[in-house]
Amino acid sequence: MSFSAYILKRIGGLLLVLLVTSFLVFGLLYLAPGSPLAFILGPRGGTPAQIAAVTQQYHLNDPFIVRYFAWLGDLFRGNLGDSIVYRQPVSDLLFSRAGTTTALVSLAAVIIAVVGILAGTFAALRGGWVDQVVSTLAAIGLSTPVFVVGVALISLFAVGLGWFPTFGVGSGGFDTIWHLFLPAVALSVASAAYLARITRTAVNEERTREHVQTATVRGLSPRLIVRRHVLRNALIPITTVLGLTIATLIAGAVVVENVFALDGLGSLLVKAILQRDFAVVQAVVLVLVVAFVVVNAIVDVLYTFIDPRISLGSKQ
Amino acid sequence: MSEQAVTEQASSAQTQAPAVAVKSDGEHREPVLRRILDRLGVVGVIASVVLTVIVIAAVFAPVLAPYDPNFPDLMGALAGPSADHLLGADALGRDILSRLMFGAQVTLAGPGLVILLSTIVGTVLALVGAWCGGRVDAVIIWVLDILFAVPGIVFGLIAVAIWGPSLFTVVGGLAVAYIPYVARVVRGAALRERNLPYVSAAWLQGHSGFGITTTQILRNVQPIVIAQAVSSLGFAVIDLAAVSFLGLGVQPPTADLGLMVKSGFDSTLRGYPNEAIASGCLIVLIVWCVTVIGDRLISNARSV
Repeated sequence: MSFSAYILKRIGGLLLVLLVTSFLVFGLLYLAPGSPLAFILGPRGGTPAQIAAVTQQYHLNDPFIVRYFAWLGDLFRGNLGDSIVYRQPVSDLLFSRAGTTTALVSLAAVIIAVVGILAGTFAALRGGWVDQVVSTLAAIGLSTPVFVVGVALISLFAVGLGWFPTFGVGSGGFDTIWHLFLPAVALSVASAAYLARITRTAVNEERTREHVQTATVRGLSPRLIVRRHVLRNALIPITTVLGLTIATLIAGAVVVENVFALDGLGSLLVKAILQRDFAVVQAVVLVLVVAFVVVNAIVDVLYTFIDPRISLGSKQ
Repeated sequence: MSEQAVTEQASSAQTQAPAVAVKSDGEHREPVLRRILDRLGVVGVIASVVLTVIVIAAVFAPVLAPYDPNFPDLMGALAGPSADHLLGADALGRDILSRLMFGAQVTLAGPGLVILLSTIVGTVLALVGAWCGGRVDAVIIWVLDILFAVPGIVFGLIAVAIWGPSLFTVVGGLAVAYIPYVARVVRGAALRERNLPYVSAAWLQGHSGFGITTTQILRNVQPIVIAQAVSSLGFAVIDLAAVSFLGLGVQPPTADLGLMVKSGFDSTLRGYPNEAIASGCLIVLIVWCVTVIGDRLISNARSV
């Protein structure tokens, strides 16, 4: 399969999944008890003007399928409806908050990659007590929920020692990284532990391979062997896990943002659920799902660049 | 592997073990213990014992708990550990130890229900897909792929957005989220079984596809189903506690470990970390035990 055909096929599959999930997100409204109108307006009731606005926004006077395509059309024009609580377009709310979530997830991804790969490689190459310590820490890290880590970090480093700010995102630039550091650490603990475990297994496996033994026998320096022959081959399972992990961080961010009171998409989602602001819920869920699916697809394509031996589109 | 084979293997590993004791039918005690140790390893046995203790404490909480978990004693609020309150009291003066025991009920039963539901539905989907193959299988894979497109906890949050915050809403949402994880593993195992000669032999003898699947294939993939269920349980505990922590799951005043971390967090900011430490540690301990046992079960199921 040629590269462009493969990419086209991937994009086609991606669009199909997105179409179905968008339909499901749209359909959520009709799973709710009571009529859609009553559900959206909730116990607030609503003025005739609000009723007219909601009817128009969700095209409630049209048949079901027409409603869906009208809603989808609005989506493509960037019109996600209006928030009934904030009384402003949902897309404005999303744009102002997407940056925080993106920064948080990116910072966490960097921490996971650095800590996970270093700890895993170190454990595999040193063995002995280093291996024991890393494995034990990884087991504990894997069992610790994000919010427990978050609470512990705030109590220790923000309130107790006062090294970090407790809440909020700061005023941009380095200050933002400073503010986002603890949340990013909280978000990355479980995934870094998992990545360390995977890296350790992968490196141990590669070290026993014949080409590595050959290189050792030929007297190449251990450092060169580790870098060129062991790590490069171990990179394939590591990238797989790292990619999948970044996708799950998007969900973890929902919890972390609430612990650290960051104004990202996740805290917006939880607030919207509590306030029954359904247009916002739909929009955030849609954004999270799209991000999740797209990241997974990108990781899939990246394999072929990391390892030329994997043929395009093969399911290995 | 038959029971006898395992026993013999265990006894051959230990050369001093008296051969007579193994062969006589009355002497079952030691081999059973050794078998469990072989299967779970030392760490696995420790995890099982700890988990058993926690489960007993949770199940018999109404009898064992020193106090009513919801009885407030405002004079003793935020008290430290003492002979009266072994782990101290929370911001409303409720006994933390009692609340942990009752909270563990919810924290164990909720995820248990999630895994039970998703395992049943996921296994049925996997077996139907593996047996029928072709178009049915393709549709099932496609549905699972769609479910995979939504991160687990988001399912719980969606359910809450529609049906309102409660334990059962979240359990329902998470159960759907966990279906593909079970189904994918079981489908792989069932496909391998389906291609083995005993299946075609049974088919030639005139057994129905339903009969072969439910009696023979299901029995052979059962270790994998159980192993997958146990190791998913740890993730379900984390997800469910997280939703409760966000205030969207179990509602106060019901004791729940996620909620206790939340209220303990507020006390911690005022300088009283007792409740947060106790409830946080218990969650980590539960998840660690379940994960260790699940890992062992998975490696056993694969090696058989």
